[in-house]
Parts: sequence; structure tokens; C-alpha cells
Amino acid sequence: MAKVLLEMKNITKTFPGVKALDNVNLKVEEGEIHALVGENGAGKSTLMNVLSGIYPYGTYEGDIVYNGEICKFNKIKDSEEKGIVIIHQELALVPYMSIGENMFLGNEQGKKNAIDWDKTYAEADKYLKMVGLSESSKVLVKEIGTGKQQLVEIAKALAKHAKLLILDEPTSSLNETDSKALLDLMLEFKKQGMTMIIITHKLNEVAYVADKITVVRDGSTIETMDKRTTEISEDRIIQGMVGRELTNRFPKRENVKIGDVNMEVKDWTVYHPLYPERKVVDHVSMNVRKGEVVGIYGLMGAGRTELAMSIFGQSYGTGITGTLKLNGKEVTLKNPKEAIRNKLAYVTEDRKGNGLVLTNPIKINTTLANLDSISKNKVIDKDKEYQVAEEYRQKLRTKCPSVEQNVGNLSGGNQQKVLLAKWMFTEPDVLILDEPTRGIDVGAKYEIYCIINDLVAAGKSVVMISSELPEVLGMSDRIYIMNAAKIVGELDAQDATQEIIMANILKSGKGE
Amino acid sequence: MEKTKITASLKKYTMVIALILVVAFFYWSTEGKILYAQNLNNLISQNAYVFVLATGMLLCILTGGNIDLSVGSVVCFVGGIGAVIMDKDMNCWLAVIVMLVVGLLVGMFQGFWIAYVKVPPFIATLAGMYAFRGLSNVVLQGYTVSVSDITFLNVFGGGADCYVPDFLGGENLNMTCLAAGILIAAVYILMTVRGRIRKKTKGYATEPFAGEMIKTVLVSVIILWLFYKLANYKGIPSALIWIAVVLLAYAYITSKTTMGRYLYAVGGNEKATRLSGVNTKKVYFFAYANMGLLSGLAGILTIARATSAQPTYGQGYEMDAIAACFIGGASAYGGVGSVMGMVVGATLMGVINQGMSIMGMEANYQKVVKGLVLLIAIIFDVMSKKEKK
Repeated sequence: MAKVLLEMKNITKTFPGVKALDNVNLKVEEGEIHALVGENGAGKSTLMNVLSGIYPYGTYEGDIVYNGEICKFNKIKDSEEKGIVIIHQELALVPYMSIGENMFLGNEQGKKNAIDWDKTYAEADKYLKMVGLSESSKVLVKEIGTGKQQLVEIAKALAKHAKLLILDEPTSSLNETDSKALLDLMLEFKKQGMTMIIITHKLNEVAYVADKITVVRDGSTIETMDKRTTEISEDRIIQGMVGRELTNRFPKRENVKIGDVNMEVKDWTVYHPLYPERKVVDHVSMNVRKGEVVGIYGLMGAGRTELAMSIFGQSYGTGITGTLKLNGKEVTLKNPKEAIRNKLAYVTEDRKGNGLVLTNPIKINTTLANLDSISKNKVIDKDKEYQVAEEYRQKLRTKCPSVEQNVGNLSGGNQQKVLLAKWMFTEPDVLILDEPTRGIDVGAKYEIYCIINDLVAAGKSVVMISSELPEVLGMSDRIYIMNAAKIVGELDAQDATQEIIMANILKSGKGE
Repeated sequence: MEKTKITASLKKYTMVIALILVVAFFYWSTEGKILYAQNLNNLISQNAYVFVLATGMLLCILTGGNIDLSVGSVVCFVGGIGAVIMDKDMNCWLAVIVMLVVGLLVGMFQGFWIAYVKVPPFIATLAGMYAFRGLSNVVLQGYTVSVSDITFLNVFGGGADCYVPDFLGGENLNMTCLAAGILIAAVYILMTVRGRIRKKTKGYATEPFAGEMIKTVLVSVIILWLFYKLANYKGIPSALIWIAVVLLAYAYITSKTTMGRYLYAVGGNEKATRLSGVNTKKVYFFAYANMGLLSGLAGILTIARATSAQPTYGQGYEMDAIAACFIGGASAYGGVGSVMGMVVGATLMGVINQGMSIMGMEANYQKVVKGLVLLIAIIFDVMSKKEKK
């Protein structure tokens, strides 16, 4: 048995009113890749923050034993000195600084008050080579893509002489190719003896890289499974995460009659707003019928969001051409307002950035897109507003003390419900849902799926954009596959399997 | 539970409590002079421009912490134009209309660049601050132009006799003023009660009974007391009417109308608001055009109060307005703030100004104190928000 590098014993961490971690135990052996999985809010990130000293020694109970000695970290620097380095989910690079400057930010090379730039860049290049990045360290970070930025983060960690590397959802902003490259790099590091902990939602990644899997649920470690000794299925992991067997992750839709074509797009082409020579949507044609859920599957950067937003009142892109028919009539929607008036709704993938006003209460967010319907001569009827918000709160079972609550204080799943309520209140015929279950836990996902089913049962049309294959397969009646700005396939849900969809994407050639 | 409720309401009324403490301090240090009827009267007349400008500024700040640096210069420019028109013996109402229209046009001009061309507000209005200061000099040709139109001065609060006449003919007490005070307090109480009943019958959440009652009684007492004091002096200063009209109108606009709602929404999350089908450009344009209009009104009040127009008028007015908003709880990031909060902030600044003047503090130190008050208010705001997390 290999040497235990890190052991976290009986870690308990309480915040005012909440026990975030309850007697957590984690044992990581030298040279292994250890996956930490669990639902949102299960306590994975809190555990890693305890480990790295963000929550200093004394604010938690229990012991961290690293390399045989008990550690008392007071700040991040302390843990980094020991070789424990975290790469956080959100990239923490300064866009207008060079790669080299970023890598040694806070760890500057040279004498105390004089940075030795030659040394900085030479060192930086050395580590970039280790992560397989051919870029010069003098290139500005904003010039390189997110995939390469993630590699810079890793190089930065290596420059701190990391022995234990912790990656918090490292692939959440990467496309499939870059994700694969990153995971391969992890396996390469493992060969060289590096120990790693990976926090992730994606079970296929766990299957690919992890040696051991620890499941965290509600602030406690549930179990640790060793993949080297036993075969572990995805369902087995999910069962551990949610604490019950999800026999059916997707609610059944029964007796929904699929009617006439509700929305039809033909030869839709969109160019990038900043680089007008770049096509982001290329002659796309698609349609959706009444009572139908149409899935659009594609990898990140395939042009799905761009397609949806350009349809929704040209809120993205330039040089948009093509025809849009709603309910059989050809329409030109010049802005979101016209789109809403024509019974079209777009529920964004970025609920915090593009969807909700976090500083405002639920009721104000619920009515924002259709304020005119509850006002007379531009004066808002606050009674009506309250009633509307209350009605949707009950309908969607949003968990909150009252509709006066600020949206910023809600959990991701409940925020998503408020966002859905806002768009349902515009009484659309066609709803485009962009990644409707991103970043919310399994239970809330199920409820969102139920809402989608209710919508189509009421004769609406739903276009669901998603990069989760099981979700697309489980929810759609029909599936469009998008890759590199084009629709590359259309399948009936009954005929579709993960393999067929991936084959469709691969056949269409590697996208840029 | 009770304790958290109390701390919550303490937090909500921090600035009101601060205002009470400041008044108490000056009451003690000026031996009660700060609450003399004449001083209260002056407090209102002298600060009329702050209330008016801060109202406009609040709307700009709501849209995302954007400020308008040009208001001081615009006040001077508009005032200059009005003074010159009246100096030529033209009808004073014509002058008033011209001043308001010019103010509005200036606001629309700046609003256009900010909203439709995306010039950062700080820069667009900094440019305006220089340009309109220069134009004020051009209009006035560098001289002081005095304003002597009696109607104008009476209506907008200048000179010695700028009070609402006493129709009811009181002898020592101004009966009109007293009656107005009683009427306002009565309307206030009636509206509170009606609002509460309405909420109850419809089953909405209401504030705790005791809390709301204490608040209602306190506010009514303050209103009655203030009007009693004013009645003891010369009655209702005409500037107070203009302040009241502006505050009531904008309290209504910000809380009850769709445009008010959009101001908050744009400041909270511009992208989300745009994707909700709101023309966000129009919202910015509205905020700055409106600021221009209110600058015009402030210009009127300023030259009436001073009975003249000079090329140096209005300097630093923008800062007074901005400070009043921030002290009154508006967020420097936008999306948060209220007219009532701003009123408390402006009153706090006014009381401090006046208290220090009565104490005979040197003008330079007065500025130091004002600066510190602003800093402390914001530190308080930031700290109380941190605690929440």
C-alpha cells in the first residue's frame, strides 16, 4: 500500500446557523488521482478551503495530517509552502498581463524590490513546456483561449512546487477537446508521481482519470470507492451522491399531442459582433412543433447560444440573415421587446449575468419582462405584482420565505425557478431554454424537467439547449445536433443514443 | 428573534438615528440655537437646491453608480440665462420656461452621448462641467446680473418676503402654516392606516404593528413640530413647496412607475434588463435628461435665493448632491437607493453645515468635517453589508 500523503480527520466546520462540514474524513495516497464528487452545496469546496488555509486553523475542528505531520495553516501561503496548491473553478488570471507575469504574481522572481524579468520569463517558459503549452510566456493572457488559460493556471501551480494539486471543476469552462487534453495531462503528471484531487460534476471524467472516488453529501463523507479494485458504474456514484437510487432521472411525459409547427427558422446565418468576418451560425434551419420538446445538443462553442440569442430579437451578432416564422407567419424581430410581443422567450444559460437582478426581490424579477401587463399608464399595480409572483412561487414550488426576498439570497435551483417564472409570465408560445439545469443539483433538476413537461402539456413549444447528453436524450422528442456553427444532424429521440450523437459530431469533422 | 428584529430595524434606520444624534449634538453645542425657528427656516431655504439636485442625481446613481458632474455648471448657466432675460424686463414666467427648457435640452444633449454613443458618464459630464461653466461666463459676460422681478422672487423663495401668505390671518402665529402642518400630518396618518388595512385585507405581509405605530407617531410629531416652528417665524418658505413637489413626484416615479422600476433594474443588471425587452438606452437617456431638467429648477431656486446671477454660482453643487445620495444609502454600484434615504442624507449634510456655521467654525474645517462624514457614512454602509455575508 502506498504512503498516505494527506489525511483529513473528523473535520467539522460550522458557519453561523449551518454545519457545512460534519466529521469529514478524507485520505489521499501519494501518487493517486482522487476524485471528490457530490451535489452542489455538499461541502466539497468548503473542505478544500479548509485544507488550503482559506479558513485558518482554529475556525474548524479536526486535524489535517500532511506528510506525517499535523498542519496548522493560517493562510493560503502556508499551505502553498508545503506544496498544496488549489486551482479554483473560476480562472484567476489578469487578462492584460502576460502569461509570465500572471504565473509569478505574488511569487515574483528576483530580489525584494526589483523583479528579475529575464528569470521570470525563463522560468515561466520552462513550466509552460511541462504543461505542453507552446505559447511564449510574454503573450498577454487575453490573447489565448480558455483552454490554454487553464493550462497557464496549472503551470502557475507547478511554479509553486506543488506536490498535491487540487483542481476544482477544471473543465467547467472548457470544450470537449480541451477537457480531454487537460485530463490527459493529469494522467501524465500522475506518471511523474504527482498527487491530485479533482472536484468535478462530470462522471465521465471521474471514470477517465480517478483512482479513488470519495462521495460527499450534506457535509459528510459518505463513502470512498477504489476504482482500481472494483468496477464502479455511474449509477452507483449517483446513488451515493443523492442518497437514493434515481430509477428515473427524467419524469415521463404522457399523452402530449404534438401539433403544428410553431416556430421555424430557415437559412439562419449570424456573424460575430466583434469579428464580423467570423460566422458563428451557418445556414441553420430548424423547427419546433406545438407540444414538442426539441433538444439542441452541441459542444461549447458550437454556436447554440448564439443561434438562440440571435433569434430572440437579434440580441446577439451582426449581419443576421435568414427567415423566422412564428405560428406560420414570417416575422422580423429587431429587439427583445418585439420577440416577447411575438410570444417568444429566451431563458438564458447565465442566470446571474444575463438573467436576474440579484439585488432585487423575487416579485420584481418575476414581472420585469412583462411589466406592462400589470401596469396602467406606466404606473405599476403592486397588488397585482405580488399576486403574480406568489402564484408562480406556488406553481413552481420555489423555496423562499416570501416573494419579497432578494433573488441573490436564493440557491441556484431556486434562482432558476424564478428565472423560469419570469419568462413563463410573458406567456410565450415558444420557450428557448439555454442550459436550464446548469449548476443545480439533481433534485432541482428533476423539478425543472417537470416544469418543462407541464409547459408542453399546455401546448407550448420548448427548445432545450444542453451540453448534457443524458438530459437531451431523456427530455427531447427530437434532437438537433450542432457543431461548428452548423446543424449536423437531426434525430428522433427514440432512435438516438449517445454513440449516434457523438458519431454525428465526429463525422462532421473537427470543429474549430 | 426579537433581538435580530431590533438590530435589523436599527440597521434600516441607521442614518435616521445618526441624524437625530447630530441634531442632539448641535442642540447641545449651540445651546439650542440650531432649532430656532429662523434657523430651521434657513435650513430649508438654503438647502433647497441640494434636495432638488440630489433627486436628479439619485436617478443617475441608480442606473449603475453613474454621476453627473456638470450640474453645478448647468445651474449657473441656466441661472445666468434667466437673469439676463429678466434683466431685459421680459415676463418672468417666460424666463422660468426658458430656464427649464434649456436645462432639459442640456440634459438631453449629455444623455444622448451617454445613452446612445456610450460615452462614459463621468467623462461626458466632466466635459459638460467645463463647457457650461465657460458658457455661463459668456452669457453673463463676466458680470453679476441682479434679479429684481418681485413675482419671481416671491414664488421661488428669494429676498425677504418669500413666504406663503397667511390667508387665515393669524396674529403672532401664521395660521396657514399651522393648518398646512395639521393637514399634512392627518393625510400621512390616514394613508398609513389605509395602506395597512388594505395590506391586511389582501393578506400581504405587514410591518410589525408596534414598529409602524411608533414610526407613524414620530413622523407626525416631527411634521407638526416643524410647521409649528415655521408658523412662529414667517410661515411656509416658498422653497419648501418646491422641495415638496419634487420629492413627492420623484418618490412616486421611483417606486410606482415602470420607468422607476427600470432605473433600479438597469443598475442591478443591465444585460438581464435588456434581455427582458427593456430599452436600456432610453433609461439612461431619461435619467440624464431629467437631471438636466432638475438642474434647471435648481438654477431658478439658486438665483431667486441670491437675487442675482454670477459666473461663480453653483460651484461644488454636484458634490453636495452626490454626497447626499451616498450618505442616504444609495449604492455606488447602482440599483439601490431611495428618495427618502436621500432626503435624510441631504438633511444630515444641511444640519451639519448649519450647526458648524452657528458654532462659528472656520469654513476650511467645515469642509474637513463634511468630508469625514461622507467617508464614515460609506464605511458604515460597506461594513454592514459585509456582516450580512
